[in-house]
Amino acid sequence: MEKKYWQSFGELNQSESFQQKAENEFQEQLLPLEDLDDKGLLDAKSPRRDFLKYLGFSTAAATLAASCEMPVRKVVPYLKKPESLIPGVANYYASTYINEGDVLPVIVKQRDGRPIKIEGNDKSTITGGGTSARAQASVLDLYDTTRLRYPTQNDGKDFKEIPTFDQLDKAIGEKLAGKPVVLLTSTLNSPSTTQIITEFLAKYPGSRHVQYDAISYSGMLLANEACYGKKAIPSYHFDNAKIIVSIGADFLGTWLSPVEFAHQYSTNRKVSAEKPQMSRHIHFESNLSLTGSNADDRILHKPSEKAAVALNILAKLGGSVTAPALSGKELNDGVKLAVDQLNAHKGEALVVCGSNDVNLQVIVNAINELIGANGKTINWAVTSNYRQGVDADINTLINDMNSGAASAVLIYGANPVYTYYDSKKFADALKKVPVSISFNATMDETTELCKYSVPAHHWLESWGDAEPKTGYYSLMQPTINPLFKTRAFQASLLKWSGSAVEYDVYFRDFWTKKLTTTEAYFQALQEGVIEPAPAVAAATYNNAPLADAVAKASAAKAGKYELVIYQKVSMGSGNQANNPWLQELPDPISKVTWDNYAMISPAMAKAILGKDVLGSQRDGDRYEVTPEKPVITIKANGKEISLPALIIPGIHPDVVAIAVGYGRQSANKEKTKENIGMSANGAGLNAYPFVSFDGTSLRYSAVADISKTDNVYALAQTQVHGSSESRPVIYETSLAKFAKDPKQVLEEATHEREMLTAASNGEDFRKDATIYPDYVKPGAKWGMSIDLNTCTGCSACVVACTAENNVSVVGKTQVIRAHEMHWLRIDRYFTGDISNPDVVFQPMMCQHCDNAPCENVCPVAATNHSSEGLNQMTYNRCIGTRYCANNCPFKVRRFNWLDYNGSDSFPDNQDPLIGVDLDEVTTQMNDDLTRMVLNPDVTVRSRGVIEKCSFCVQRLQENKLIAKKAEDPSLIRNVKTACMQACPTHAISFGNVNDKESDVYKIRNIEQKDRTFYVLEQLHVLPNVSYLAKVKNTDRHVSNEKEEGGEHEEGKKEAHAEAAKEHA
Amino acid sequence: MSRYRKILKAAFASLLLVALVSFSNNVLAADGEALFKANCASCHKPDEDATGPMLKGARKREPSPDWVYKWVYNTNAMVETDPYAKALKAKYGSVMSSQNQLKKDEITAILDWADNYVPPVKNPAGGGGEPATDNSLLFGILTLILALVAFILLQVNSSLRKLSDEKEGVLRSEPVPFYRNKAYLMTAVIALFCFGGYKTINAAIGLGRMKNYQPEQPIYYSHKVHAGTNQINCLYCHSGAQDSKFSNIPSVNVCMNCHKGIKDYKGEDKLVREDGSPVNGTAEIQKLYAYAGWNPDTKTYDKPGTPIEWVKIHNLPDHVYFNHSQHIKVGKQQCQTCHGPIQEMGEVKQFAELSMGWCINCHRETKVDFYNKETGAGNKFYSIYEKFHNDIKNGKMDSVTVEKIGGTECQKCHY
Repeated sequence: MEKKYWQSFGELNQSESFQQKAENEFQEQLLPLEDLDDKGLLDAKSPRRDFLKYLGFSTAAATLAASCEMPVRKVVPYLKKPESLIPGVANYYASTYINEGDVLPVIVKQRDGRPIKIEGNDKSTITGGGTSARAQASVLDLYDTTRLRYPTQNDGKDFKEIPTFDQLDKAIGEKLAGKPVVLLTSTLNSPSTTQIITEFLAKYPGSRHVQYDAISYSGMLLANEACYGKKAIPSYHFDNAKIIVSIGADFLGTWLSPVEFAHQYSTNRKVSAEKPQMSRHIHFESNLSLTGSNADDRILHKPSEKAAVALNILAKLGGSVTAPALSGKELNDGVKLAVDQLNAHKGEALVVCGSNDVNLQVIVNAINELIGANGKTINWAVTSNYRQGVDADINTLINDMNSGAASAVLIYGANPVYTYYDSKKFADALKKVPVSISFNATMDETTELCKYSVPAHHWLESWGDAEPKTGYYSLMQPTINPLFKTRAFQASLLKWSGSAVEYDVYFRDFWTKKLTTTEAYFQALQEGVIEPAPAVAAATYNNAPLADAVAKASAAKAGKYELVIYQKVSMGSGNQANNPWLQELPDPISKVTWDNYAMISPAMAKAILGKDVLGSQRDGDRYEVTPEKPVITIKANGKEISLPALIIPGIHPDVVAIAVGYGRQSANKEKTKENIGMSANGAGLNAYPFVSFDGTSLRYSAVADISKTDNVYALAQTQVHGSSESRPVIYETSLAKFAKDPKQVLEEATHEREMLTAASNGEDFRKDATIYPDYVKPGAKWGMSIDLNTCTGCSACVVACTAENNVSVVGKTQVIRAHEMHWLRIDRYFTGDISNPDVVFQPMMCQHCDNAPCENVCPVAATNHSSEGLNQMTYNRCIGTRYCANNCPFKVRRFNWLDYNGSDSFPDNQDPLIGVDLDEVTTQMNDDLTRMVLNPDVTVRSRGVIEKCSFCVQRLQENKLIAKKAEDPSLIRNVKTACMQACPTHAISFGNVNDKESDVYKIRNIEQKDRTFYVLEQLHVLPNVSYLAKVKNTDRHVSNEKEEGGEHEEGKKEAHAEAAKEHA
Repeated sequence: MSRYRKILKAAFASLLLVALVSFSNNVLAADGEALFKANCASCHKPDEDATGPMLKGARKREPSPDWVYKWVYNTNAMVETDPYAKALKAKYGSVMSSQNQLKKDEITAILDWADNYVPPVKNPAGGGGEPATDNSLLFGILTLILALVAFILLQVNSSLRKLSDEKEGVLRSEPVPFYRNKAYLMTAVIALFCFGGYKTINAAIGLGRMKNYQPEQPIYYSHKVHAGTNQINCLYCHSGAQDSKFSNIPSVNVCMNCHKGIKDYKGEDKLVREDGSPVNGTAEIQKLYAYAGWNPDTKTYDKPGTPIEWVKIHNLPDHVYFNHSQHIKVGKQQCQTCHGPIQEMGEVKQFAELSMGWCINCHRETKVDFYNKETGAGNKFYSIYEKFHNDIKNGKMDSVTVEKIGGTECQKCHY
């Protein structure tokens, strides 16, 4: 079989151990009883006597527990029931997720007074109702046990509680009196807060407000100030761009406003036979980013060549600059391709750059001027307010703190002791400040050095507002009473500026005045967003700074090896590092959980580690089969850290990439768990120290020195779990071929289907190519369609699914054992050129097969089929044989190895088995506070049962009930699964396929007939999830196309496979 | 136990009789009664003062016969201006909210009905009827006697044979006594095994089931008084049942809607616990005041209240999803279907088994309000079941049960 799509080197090489591993999916040697005995009875892993002991114990325990009296349960109704609340019915409130300048308008689902789920707000034209993984996970932050519970004062040794806010206000009022105050925050784009800050600063003459972003965009701000006279970031319109050239901007993953951009981007990526048009995305980068893996053409360069790439594009477009020569044919060809495409689409093209170098951004501005982007794809009428920090300000502040000029510092939403590259310098300066107050919610690295801690509310407990883009407002309203004795940041500022007004009153008055009437204010609160009529305008461009920028940018320092600091989709800057959902979310590219690592290319692995993972099967297996990865030491900017090396194809051969957001640590390392949290504790190492300051702005790449060590470190990687054993699961073609013959992409699948039908002398594949009868689905039949073209792999759906369905977090050691519980995973496949492969993401969940292989093998019928096409999993019937998981071709069934959520009635069932060290986070959800996040409509699964995607059956049932009550069947068209709701690109459609008006029926049978395929259809399992084949807008050969004469790489792979066979 | 059932049956019958008699009186009065129950019964009584004044003769007491029509629609305005309204407020502590949903002729109907109201004749409960006999004991004794006779006969038989053998001089081994006879022992063991197994399995099936569970509650709250005698609609207190999966236990403020005015228990129903001990209704109302923090003398909430911790009677396991509104609104079931004759219960007891078999049985038998495309009758939601519609048309089936639309599938209740 051809191996065109591969997830691991073993699969690529078809090595022996890969095949063994694929067969042994449960990895029995890693089972909890492994250490009990060397030989034992019949060489069993667990000795017979132990087995009997367990048997005896469990029988006795069951008898005892069962014969006990039924417990008396109490039911306590309200004393006075709030009018808007009906116990058991969820309320939905529009609010806004705000985190370090990121703004997402959301709807909060609140059940019985507890927020339990975040959904996107469809009313926002910015996000189109999409969300991000971090926004989805932020509801768990509300119930974080490490949140500070009351205001405290640092007496030099310890933080002591201040009993009342009055005492606090008095103490702080005295300390602040007459002093100039510095307010240090992350970017704040809240209009009411800005006004409060202005009033507050006026009260303390000489005060100022410093905005500091963990990941800086000050290069863009300053470049725009130079070129356009505005220290701001414009709005980008990826939806208006037919050609998108990105120079290292991860705009679908982490750059500026990824949900907004993904939403825009996807509108031009929806292809159908009717409309075979889509945007073309050319991506220049050094590491493999989420955006890069979605690009049509991806070109690799060294970080030091970034300016050269931009200059070459500028020069070739006709800019009067001299460009340095570029290394390598591929890079030169790539630049030529980009220039040709940009030239052909002037006014419909956009170039973005992820660099924080002012000069480089000036050059990019010049490029955008030449291609006519200003006023078309770049909108200066509406500026983006997501990031406003300028790097020089924080350095000035450090000097002021050291010199004593800044005698009072108030810190809100920023954690510079962790995120600033010279942490010690900031920490030392902060210690000198007489009055330092932190409003941060946890005892983070910065707060523990402050004199006072006045924790602010979580955003779900607060009033607030945001202006993510000029004129676009999004309001925030509390969805729960504050859990702890915390106070809004704004309320503290109001108090300390002598105002008697509470923040909620201030907020109401502010917006009532702004919107003129109370009705308008309530309306705005209800809808969540206030948006103006869309306007697009250009800004006057000033070419003067270009010459200087070109001169400076050309002088980038290059080295043999270079380092790139990047952000992960899950972790961002690291302020949500204690969120177990995010820690356990596999990175879309590397599929690693709970850690950061040094991402290197196979070529670098060969050079430094001496491991040829592509060429030598033995090396590939040694590297890949065990979770322990070799550790390498990276030295740059005078700092060094040692991290496990993760070999990922598609990174520049001379580049090592490290993610920030990990390695959170208290000053006293022992206290990290208590102060920052058990999930963040021990997860990865801090990469911020590698950031450097070039005199104007922070730089996120450097020349590096890399050396091998003898150590190894285990990484919990999920991708090689649950392999489809190289069966064809992806179909892909190029736009040109698709336009010519839309049927061709699925030719292979169609042919296979016809063969199978013909073999049974039948006509209908569904009915005739099987010995099973076809059961009718008389009412609704649920189906899902996923567009591989618009799925960017951003993983918002995975976290949404976790939140909706009470999916457990298992912890790092359990992930290594392949015990992760995600109902929805995103499979990453590499394909094509091994040194610069294409990447395909495929969301994979239970396919709800109508001929489900799992159903036939269950000895207790715990999994069976419903008349609505659902593959039903009944937990209370499951006895845990795992035959179903074994027989599932998609490997989507998960087994509860432990009691992750504290759901069992036997308390002793919680104790780990002999010989197993559990991570603390494994049983984290047993905590009462954390358990408040659980969805009460979904059973919390106990130990020993299988679980899997249910198509959010609780939502289906709820929607059906609404439709039945209203006696209107069309209402079930409103049903949205959690993954579908979260998706910023609307890649997922769901509905009743028996309903000819439903989206999914239309997609499968009318709009996307030519691209619809079912995974492993030839097995005749009849999945209810269909996928739309991927279409790439490129001139290159796309893997699944039929083409005479395979490429060189293809031939090489064949050779590997043959070698593998011989070896076997 | 069975005696109570008899009483219930008799009470049911008498209620039915009364209902039939009063129904046949005249249609208008029946309308008035229905309207009264739906709109007024939670605070008013026809023939005595409750939270609000009695309705009988209201029009005569009031300043003018048409005063009441103004009053029903404008309570808030009139309570400030109208002297009679002020007097009402002074007497009852609060006034009702405007009832704008009532039409003028409906108000007339209610008041006419109240004026002609005659309290139902109380039938002495449980008149006549044989006490139920349980024959199983008789059968058991009979079986035992027969078994004993059979045993004696067998013994006699063996003795006789022994005698005849001796007579004929046939040598036989000494017979084993019956308690060492292996056949007897085996029979006994098998019988014991079957009996024990049957008992064990039945006990195991019954584990966790709490039919007839009737715990003592913090307040003796009689459904018989509220829902039975005073005819308060179930949904007035358990309003969640029509909107939510839970039929909520009412919050204390809902109790106080009426009990601000009703300080004493003066009803004719005797309040007794299951063990027969009498309950002082007025004292129980005082307990409610203590929870609510209400001072009946000053008619103010002068103490902080505490919620009431009721003992939960109907418990479903966590892995069962049950939705009240589905059954009440869509399935149009009566509360009594699952909760039994709740209007006859002093303290509530669990009526149904609440076992899965019990649920499934009902789902197999109950018909859904299936949509008829021709007549437009039924719940339009079911129009998506094209196949059943055709089957009914072609005479293949005559009705659609809950089971047919998937009501017995696992994931309708377990997810």
